Amino acid sequence: MKKIRIGGGAGYSGDRIEPAVEIMKKGDIDYIIFECLAERTIALAQQQKLADPDKGFNDLLEYRMEKVLPICTEKKIKVITNMGAANPVSAARSVKDIAVRLGITGLKIAAVLGDDIYSVIDDYRDFKTLEYGNNLSELKGEFISANAYLGAEGIQEALQGGADIVITGRVTDPSLVIGPLLYEFGWSIDDYNMLGKGTLAGHLLECGAQLTGGYFAEPGYKDVPELWNVGFPIGEVYENGDITITKLAETGGKVTTGTVKEQILYEIHDPSNYMTPDVNADFSQITVKEIGHDRVLVTGATGREKSGYYKISIGYKDCYIVEAEISYGGPGALEKAKLAGDIVEKRIQHTDLSFQELKIDYIGVNSLFQTSASDLSEKGSGCNEVRLRVAGRTTLKEDGIMIGNEVEALYTNGPAGGGGVRINVNEIVSIASILIPVEDIETHVIFEEV
Amino acid sequence: MKLREIAHSRTGDKGNISNISLIVYNMDDYELVKEQITAIKVKEWFQNAVKGEVIRYEIPSLGALNFVMTNALGGGVTRSLSLDRHGKSLSSFLLEMDIQT
Repeated sequence: MKKIRIGGGAGYSGDRIEPAVEIMKKGDIDYIIFECLAERTIALAQQQKLADPDKGFNDLLEYRMEKVLPICTEKKIKVITNMGAANPVSAARSVKDIAVRLGITGLKIAAVLGDDIYSVIDDYRDFKTLEYGNNLSELKGEFISANAYLGAEGIQEALQGGADIVITGRVTDPSLVIGPLLYEFGWSIDDYNMLGKGTLAGHLLECGAQLTGGYFAEPGYKDVPELWNVGFPIGEVYENGDITITKLAETGGKVTTGTVKEQILYEIHDPSNYMTPDVNADFSQITVKEIGHDRVLVTGATGREKSGYYKISIGYKDCYIVEAEISYGGPGALEKAKLAGDIVEKRIQHTDLSFQELKIDYIGVNSLFQTSASDLSEKGSGCNEVRLRVAGRTTLKEDGIMIGNEVEALYTNGPAGGGGVRINVNEIVSIASILIPVEDIETHVIFEEV
Repeated sequence: MKLREIAHSRTGDKGNISNISLIVYNMDDYELVKEQITAIKVKEWFQNAVKGEVIRYEIPSLGALNFVMTNALGGGVTRSLSLDRHGKSLSSFLLEMDIQT
């Protein structure tokens, strides 16, 4: 049975490149995907593009491509990536420039376009946001981006056009894998069972080392060998949609039914209805089986007809967040930190600082798992170090700065022995989403060649 | 006994929704976990953090439960004031629940 081998080359926008290079060199792969676009990354990229029309793609695109392109040509590996972010056209040109500089010829680079609907977002003012249920027009704050999560069709078209490197903006993560599967196996775009299986393959491979022992180790319970050198995953996808997950033997990490199961359910809500623009996938009947060392067979995903809507992510300027911290040590560390927290709260009240929400945590005691006041004293007694953390959401930057100053003022005005103040105030771009009919968007592909 | 002794877990985030998988090491323990670790109990366990509802999905073929907790991340990953905005560490807290064998 025909199969193709696909490597997972990145788990997030800034992920390591060496493990990706390693599976390209030694993993006998046909494709490598780089999934590098978190929910609001594209909004931030859009701001870069506004400042410079040639920018707005992943910061590490050039760094990665310089290392990857020579191996692509030598080993005949195709690259599928959403590193185009807000500017796939410039990203494709940039890759072409790198190829020219490296003396590479016979390379076709495609940019998949159509996801950016910022120029027409006003047409959707009456659409309800999925987050708040109100009209889009009621969102306060300037809109800075609007992108559709596209499906696999643009990627398939790029490959049919002969592309070796496919660069997209916003597409759903699994589509980075479904595109090659449609192209290689000739699956029909409405064969939803196969698309469900392809979605599972993409879902598994899009988080890099999270499939091979990363985000997994728990000493004494779930030990992972040589995690410092964790290898990236390789998925063998068969024409019938079965998937074998594996990794290079010489790298760290491991592939077991445990690592695979955790990743199957990662960021999934209803497992019987995982909705993408390609298919409504059903992961509720999946089985996993270890068929060798670091080899796990995954079968049983299915799918149903897709919803007919694209999800649009709108980035908007929302607020400022200040985070300010100071540490207390020795006996009574928690009591000193609590006194400091009380002081900051009273000072904010006293000086009439305006904020939307304020949060006071005691790092080492309750910053990760929220506890009640009585639990706090119980858990914190005997703590030899406690770090007070004050976080505030403000409408104005100035108020955020002033809240931070109140934490710094604890040096000279607060309890004994407070040290190590760090403060940052950041403008926050948030995301709201709407659903629009697929007919509203036209995907197209452009090519560069060297 | 703590849940940690018989099951493992991973947290994922989407907006203001956190999902936590709970996967038994040994398939024989699935019924036990399914019977005792209900959505109501999990909601109670996370009462200080989770402001919305908790829905539980069952995936017997994987020996797994998936808890979907709404309004759970302090307003969502982008604007949450939490130190751990994604709620990555919540899985470790889930495994601290007691289970009777």
